[in-house]
Amino acid sequence: MSATAALVERPPPRTRGWPRQRIVGYALVCLWIAFGLGIVSYLVFAWNPAFFAKYAPAYLQGLGVTLSLVAISMVLGAVMSVPVAYGRMSRNRILSGLAYCYVYFFRGTPLLVQTFLVYYGVGSFRPQLSEFGIYLPVISDGLTFVRFTLWDFFKDAFNCGIFAFALNTAAYQAEILRGAIESVHRGQWEGAASLGLHKLQTLRKIILPQALIVALRPYGNELILMVKASAIVAIITVYDLMGNAKLAFANSFDIQAYIWVALVYLVMVELLRHAIEWIERRITIHLKR
Amino acid sequence: MPAQSIWTLLSWGPDGWSDDIAYGVIVTVLLALATLPIGLTIGFFIALGKQSEEPSLRLAANIYTTVFRGLPELVTLFLFFFGMPILLQHLIRYFRPEATIDVNSFVAGMIVLSLIFSSYASEVFLSAFRAIPKGQYEGGYSIGLSKWQTMRLVILPQLLRIAFPGLENCWLSLLKDTSLVSVVGLAETLRNAGVAARVTKHSFLFYSIAALVFLALAIVSSFATSAILRSLGKREAQR
Repeated sequence: MSATAALVERPPPRTRGWPRQRIVGYALVCLWIAFGLGIVSYLVFAWNPAFFAKYAPAYLQGLGVTLSLVAISMVLGAVMSVPVAYGRMSRNRILSGLAYCYVYFFRGTPLLVQTFLVYYGVGSFRPQLSEFGIYLPVISDGLTFVRFTLWDFFKDAFNCGIFAFALNTAAYQAEILRGAIESVHRGQWEGAASLGLHKLQTLRKIILPQALIVALRPYGNELILMVKASAIVAIITVYDLMGNAKLAFANSFDIQAYIWVALVYLVMVELLRHAIEWIERRITIHLKR
Repeated sequence: MPAQSIWTLLSWGPDGWSDDIAYGVIVTVLLALATLPIGLTIGFFIALGKQSEEPSLRLAANIYTTVFRGLPELVTLFLFFFGMPILLQHLIRYFRPEATIDVNSFVAGMIVLSLIFSSYASEVFLSAFRAIPKGQYEGGYSIGLSKWQTMRLVILPQLLRIAFPGLENCWLSLLKDTSLVSVVGLAETLRNAGVAARVTKHSFLFYSIAALVFLALAIVSSFATSAILRSLGKREAQR
């Protein structure tokens, strides 16, 4: 024990006085403090109870819209990513080619363009979309059936946002899933096969538990990216958090509309980041030596 | 408006929209290229700050990346585009009270994109810094190079080689993020395609073209980066 302790290098003693690095560092930290104080003092100085009373409920509602948009599209994307990842790993040329094209398209084009393509572009196919419909039971003074067409789905901006976001995140999540499954050593498959487990059992009991540990961090990053990207739906007239900020700014020309929303996003992202780190620490506890 | 065929709409000239979209593509590429050197430089210095021994420097650099990676790109853009004129207005009022200020959307986009790009690039640079063994610095010092010379002549060439794949990813997301600047009125690819879509009522067509343009830019840049990577590899082999 003492031998290894002697081998371990001691950290160098901290430099004393005021080397150039320290001066620059302190100056930059002071700059950040000044910046933070400036924003806080601006918010205090520009404190407007009327503004707050008027828009705070809208912001809260917008937060709910943002969270539900992210949650729904993440879950739908996760479901859709399974066949895409299967296609990517398949030996069938056509299947893997199709999956590759899907992933390449959705990762190679901006999410904003995809959202516009769905929201504005689908309008070009209105007659065709109106033909497909199903009858849904609706309970309003007695049970009646109302025809619900695809157009009824796509004319709502929120649905368009979910559609575009789910397709987009499915491409990213498929790559995460594929990477995680391929990161598990081939010997694990062979070992399971030699024990007589069939493929699905191997995947469920042996591969996925190991793969998901690897996938946790990329999944977390994808979730954070989705929270950030969800601000885009404000442009297609969805009143999410950002949409309400846009509305508040358009009505009041008060920049604090955007400062508040920036703070909310920052807190949300930081909370998510720390939560993911905490989960990762918890589930990798058995790997610690 | 007489019904026009799709080929007329896609032609080059006053009736078609190809020239407008091509102009937009040039703006997109220029914006990305103008952002790149600024973002790389800031990102490099942020990474230097993050791996420095001085805690205050690390703190300042970490605040930078936390803020600009945590904020949605759109929020940063709006804050800057609408907030900057107000701030400058307050400052300039001391000198010339009657002056008004407008922030050019290209410049605002450039600044915001370089803030975002640099905070992502700094992470790439940081992990590349960690991949370079300490002996490289010590070797540099032992043959009498100064700190700055060691950095420039010994560390930087290796650093760029290691960081290249990560920086390629940053570049691709920068290309995609340029589309956001269309929201504050920069006439780039997406905005021009949107104008064409609104005028001609062929939304799906023109937004598909915008998507294909971005796809083509991504393909071109992946060819370019693989060529750069090959030439880097060749130079390494000659040594």
